Amino acid sequence: MNTGDTAWVLISAVLVLGMTIPGLAFFYGGLVRRKNVLSILMQCFIIVCVISLQWVLFGYSLAFGPDTGLGIIGSLKWAGLNFVGGQPNADYAATIPHQVFMIFQAMFAIITPALIIGAFAERMKFSAFLIFTLLWATLVYDPLAHWVWGMGGWLRNLGALDFAGGIVVHVSSGISALTLAILMGKRCGYAQQPFRPHNLPFTVLGVALLWFGWFGFNAGSALGANELAANAFVTTHVATAAAGLTWALIEWYHHGAPTVLGAATGAVAGLVAITPACGFVNPMNAIFIGILAALFCFIAVVLIKTKLGYDDSLDAFGVHGVGGAWGTLATGLFAEKAVNAAGADGLLFGNPHQFLIQFLLIIIAPIFAAGMTWIIFKAVDALVGMRVEKKDEIVGLDLTQQSESAYTVIE
Amino acid sequence: MKYIVAIIQPHRLDEVKQALEAVEVNLMTVSNVLGQGRQKGFTEIYRGAKEVGGLLRKVRLDIAVNEDFVEPTIAAINKGARSGKGEVGDGKIFVLDLADCVRISSGERGGIAIG
Repeated sequence: MNTGDTAWVLISAVLVLGMTIPGLAFFYGGLVRRKNVLSILMQCFIIVCVISLQWVLFGYSLAFGPDTGLGIIGSLKWAGLNFVGGQPNADYAATIPHQVFMIFQAMFAIITPALIIGAFAERMKFSAFLIFTLLWATLVYDPLAHWVWGMGGWLRNLGALDFAGGIVVHVSSGISALTLAILMGKRCGYAQQPFRPHNLPFTVLGVALLWFGWFGFNAGSALGANELAANAFVTTHVATAAAGLTWALIEWYHHGAPTVLGAATGAVAGLVAITPACGFVNPMNAIFIGILAALFCFIAVVLIKTKLGYDDSLDAFGVHGVGGAWGTLATGLFAEKAVNAAGADGLLFGNPHQFLIQFLLIIIAPIFAAGMTWIIFKAVDALVGMRVEKKDEIVGLDLTQQSESAYTVIE
Repeated sequence: MKYIVAIIQPHRLDEVKQALEAVEVNLMTVSNVLGQGRQKGFTEIYRGAKEVGGLLRKVRLDIAVNEDFVEPTIAAINKGARSGKGEVGDGKIFVLDLADCVRISSGERGGIAIG
C-alpha cells in the first residue's frame, strides 16, 4: 500500500466526477436551446445518482468481478461490495485500497452513459431516459469494461490496449449515440429553423472543466503517482492543445472565422483521442494524434453528418465515436514499450500485430454496442415510449419533463 | 402630447441619453430589442452550420412629451444616435399622437402628468 498513490487516485476520482457534473452538464447544457437546458443538467445529475448505486450494488462486480469462465462477464461475487474493502487487489492496483480502485472506476461508469445524452438531447422522455441508462450501463458498459479491462476479459487476454477508455468509454458511447440518433429521428424543425446554442459561455466553461477533470481520467488511470502518470498527464495536455488549435485553424480556413465553439470542440476531440493512448505513447506523437483527431472529427461533424442527415444533436458520435476510434487505432501505431513496459510496441515500432488487435477493437466494440443499444431502444420504446410528444418538444423539456424553467424573464 | 419611439444602435445609448438630458427630457423607458432593417443580420456559424441573417441587437426608447418638447427631443435623439455622417443601421424615430397620460402616484391626467 502506498499513501501517495492512494491520494492521487482518490483525487483523480473527484476530478473524473467533475467531468460529468459540472463539466459535461454545462458543455451540453450551453449547446441546447434555453427551453431544454435544465433537462440536460438533470440528466447528467441523475446519472451520477443512478449509476453510482448500480455500480456498488452489482455493476462493479459484473465489470471487474471474478470472470465467469468465458471472458464475457464478471460474476456477482463482488455484488454489494463483497470482498471489496481496504486491502489492495493486486490484479488491478497493488498499491491502493481495492475500494479506491472501485470508486475511481465508478466515475468512468457514470460519465460513459452521460456522453450519450448529446445524441438524444431535446427530445427524450425522462422516464425512458432513466430506464435506458440503467439498462445500457448494465448490458453495454459493464460487459465491455470486463472484456477490455477485467481480469480474464477476452479482449484483455488478446492484448488489447486501452489506457483510459478510448474503446470502453468513447467508442461505446459514441456508436450508441449514433444508433440512438438514427432510431429516435430528428428534432422538430431540424435543418429548417436555426438551432443556436443558447449559452456558449456555459459550453466553454464546461469544456474547460472537462479538460481539467481529464487529468484525473487519464493520468489517474496510471493508478499511482508515478512516471506513467506523468507521461499520461503530458500527452493528454499536448494532444488537447494541438487539437483545439487545429480545429480553430481548419474553421478559419474553411469558414473564414475561428469560433470558440470550434476550438472547444477540437479540444474535446483531442482529449477523447489521446485517452486510449496516453499511457503508451510519447508526447511528440501525442501532438500528432491530437492534430489528426481534430481533422477527423471536423470531417465527421461538419461534412459527414450534414451529408447523411442524422440529427446527433450535440455531436456525441462525431466527437466521441470518431475521436475514440482514431485514438484506439493510433495506440496501435504509436505505442512503445519505452514509454510503458507493461504495454506493447505498435506498428511504427515494429509490431503490426498490435495494430491488428486495435483494429479488431474498433470493429467488435461498435457492433456490440450498436446491437445492444438497438435492442434496449426497442424494449424501452415499447415499454414507455422513448420520445416526448411533439407538443412537449415544442414547449421544451424543462417545462414538460421537469416542470421548471431555467431563466425568469419577469420577476 | 406625442409618444416618441426610437430604435437606435445599442452603443449610442449613452450619447442619446446625454443629448436628451441637455434639452431637459429626463423621462424615458429603455429596452433591449431585436430587429432588422436595411442593414440585415450577421451570419453565425456553429460547428460548420451557417445561420444566416440573425436579428440584430438594438435599443428601443419610449418617450412621452408635451408639444413644446417634440422637436428638441427628435433633434437630440438624431444627434446622439447618428454614427459619424450617418450609417445604415443607425435606426429610426417614430412619432405618434398620444391620447392621454396618467401619473399613477397622484392620479393627475394629461400634459401635467408627463414631465
